[in-house]
Amino acid sequence: MTRFRFTATPIDVIAGRCELLDVAAGGYVSFEGWVRDHNEGLAVRRLEYEAFVDLAVKEGDRIVGEALRRFSVRHALCVHRVGELAVGDIAVWVGVSAVHRGEAFDACRFIIDEVKHRVPIWKKEHYVNGDSGWVNCERCAAAPRDVHAEYDERAARHAHD
Amino acid sequence: MTDAAPLYALVLAGGASKRMQRDKAALDYGGESQLDRTVALARRHAAATFVSVRPDQAADPVRARHTLIVDAFGDGGPIAGIRSALRHSPRNPWLVLACDLPFLSDEAIAHLIRSRDPSRFATAYRSAYDGLSEPLCAIWEPKSAEALAQWQAQGRTCPRKFLGAHAVTLLDPIDEHALDNVNTPEEYALARAALDTTGAPGRMQIKIQYYALLREQAGKSTEAIDTLSATPAELYRELGARHPFTLPHEQLKVAVNGEFSDWSHGLRSGDVVVFIPPVAGG
Repeated sequence: MTRFRFTATPIDVIAGRCELLDVAAGGYVSFEGWVRDHNEGLAVRRLEYEAFVDLAVKEGDRIVGEALRRFSVRHALCVHRVGELAVGDIAVWVGVSAVHRGEAFDACRFIIDEVKHRVPIWKKEHYVNGDSGWVNCERCAAAPRDVHAEYDERAARHAHD
Repeated sequence: MTDAAPLYALVLAGGASKRMQRDKAALDYGGESQLDRTVALARRHAAATFVSVRPDQAADPVRARHTLIVDAFGDGGPIAGIRSALRHSPRNPWLVLACDLPFLSDEAIAHLIRSRDPSRFATAYRSAYDGLSEPLCAIWEPKSAEALAQWQAQGRTCPRKFLGAHAVTLLDPIDEHALDNVNTPEEYALARAALDTTGAPGRMQIKIQYYALLREQAGKSTEAIDTLSATPAELYRELGARHPFTLPHEQLKVAVNGEFSDWSHGLRSGDVVVFIPPVAGG
């Protein structure tokens, strides 16, 4: 099984968590991305996710593999929805188990940040006013952030705490 | 003195193709590999034609279908290949051709053969760009064998410098592009496009899958096209003339056959291309 998957039905976070259980782990961190009722000043009614599944699964699995190596966590998994979603639905779930909580938080954050920037998944927002649009595509796409630099900066800050 | 030994040909296919990042011998021109094209050209002029390879290339399917001469003089580049041919048939003059010269013509070979001077070490063309010799479209004489051995024994590998230091006949090119070689994906794309307009069938069948905004703007999820575009960058430009795409290619990424690729990647017939709009997972 790949460590990055898609589902067209609601994400089962309990089943995902069970895959990460490990007697050597001292903690588990998860992140759920939810469909919000507004974005950039517009009221959102529903969302549509579309993915280039073949490459997305490969790239998503590479990201989770990078997190496992970089943070020495025990297990990690990411599940992403595709298709139609309503406000309040879980769009993405990331779970990480680790010996200590610090690495689990760091790895979880790393995975969700990388997934948002690297995996070929697209989100179309349908607004209450009847408009719709592909996020990051319709208006001038913002310059991509260097998430690695940002991450290392944060890690360095923690090291000095 | 009669010079009875017929002309043999050696096509060099042992290069590392570093800048191309693909095997230059296997590059496709209208459904035929560059190596097959060069061998066919050589056969029209030589009594026998051989392909020069390094020992580790002898089983490669692109090469193994030809009659091979495996390098017998170590890692000496073209010099080792030419020496191996002169050892194989020491009495014959050798027409030596690189296999990255897609514009090489029958006329250029015929002119070289007509102008051959067997009393010299070699007869070669002068480069249209720097006036120096072009050793890999040249006739090498049996008498060069000894000097080549000495040259390689000194640790020297450049055949161009060898010709510069020995008695050779240099010819002015009959067509300034005949010896243009192809070292990079960009040069390959240009060569293929240029050869197509002169009648070679260079068209490819490419399948494109569209997602998200591009799918909506194309009005379809997949499309198969017959194209001359040699790279994804050219293909996106071509498709932009058919569909009202609004995203500049600088904002996209590209995948070929299910893996991230490069805008200057050389496309092959049958490839599946996906243009990736800015992503928004999570």
